[in-house]
Amino acid sequence: MADEKENIGEKKYKYSIIIPTYNERLNIAIIVYLIFNHLRDVDFEIIVVDDGSPDGTQDIVKQLQQLYGEDRILLRARAKKLGLGTAYIHGLKYATGDFVVIMDADLSHHPKYLPSFIKKQLETDASIVTGTRYVKDGGVHGWNLMRKLTSRGANVLAQTLLWPGVSDLTGSFRLYKKLVLEDVISSCVSKGYVFQMEMIVRASRKGYQIEEVPITFVDRVFGTSKLGGSEIVEYLKGLVYLLLTT
Amino acid sequence: MKHIVKILSLLAAISAFWIGLLQAAIIPRSHTWLLPIYFVVSLGCYGLLMVGVGLMQFPTCPQEAVLLQKDITEAKEFFKHKGVDVGSD
Repeated sequence: MADEKENIGEKKYKYSIIIPTYNERLNIAIIVYLIFNHLRDVDFEIIVVDDGSPDGTQDIVKQLQQLYGEDRILLRARAKKLGLGTAYIHGLKYATGDFVVIMDADLSHHPKYLPSFIKKQLETDASIVTGTRYVKDGGVHGWNLMRKLTSRGANVLAQTLLWPGVSDLTGSFRLYKKLVLEDVISSCVSKGYVFQMEMIVRASRKGYQIEEVPITFVDRVFGTSKLGGSEIVEYLKGLVYLLLTT
Repeated sequence: MKHIVKILSLLAAISAFWIGLLQAAIIPRSHTWLLPIYFVVSLGCYGLLMVGVGLMQFPTCPQEAVLLQKDITEAKEFFKHKGVDVGSD
């Protein structure tokens, strides 16, 4: 049986995986281990954009570079915490892949889904493949009822107002064609999770083909309240902004 | 065209239809006046229904937490053997 890559086409694609980190000393090592485990026959590079973590994240990355090779793991750090959007832009500058994957460093995004992203993109030639937690084979663990309620309410509101064409707007586990990411990111100005929403909505408005794959999301940050009143206000403001400007 | 223009056009079309109904008096005017309220209330109810249904069907994956723990342990073992000090969580 021929190698799957030969079945699909002669062209072998390279994937750049951008992972912004801040104080992810342990998690970054585990993520790298899992990526190498699940992408054995794939040409890829991991670009770690660390924002000056005080916990020694960069030291760990350097050790990982010794282990796996400096051509496979790129450390492109910044001096201090500068935000997610700019972290992607920074990482993009060094990406040499045909495709760019963005994912979180805290293990809420499991590398075992990377093959399904790649497969979906190759099957459909989509410009963007986004992971969705809200479909049957996806799911979330670690959310209480209140969190699920706000998530669901926020999603229904966003669907009604924006007609985005994707089921999971705030997800940040995505695969982009490199040129598409460069195009979309240049027109986005929001911060935080509204940024993720803006990315996918702008891409949708620009007519890029977006496909979804189910992913599971394990939220390990128990106890920290990520959904306070100010987050809700920020979200609503973001929705109105997207409604009016996209 | 911008999305907001699409939405406003849709609202304009619905309003034109409503005004048309008012003038043509096919339905008694007293009913027609209330149509926008019915519309908004129905939209609200539909939204609440969608939230409720979605909440009931919210996909969960408790087994994933277990699998993740296994992966973490496996990774830690690997790095211990390779002499990479990952410390503790």
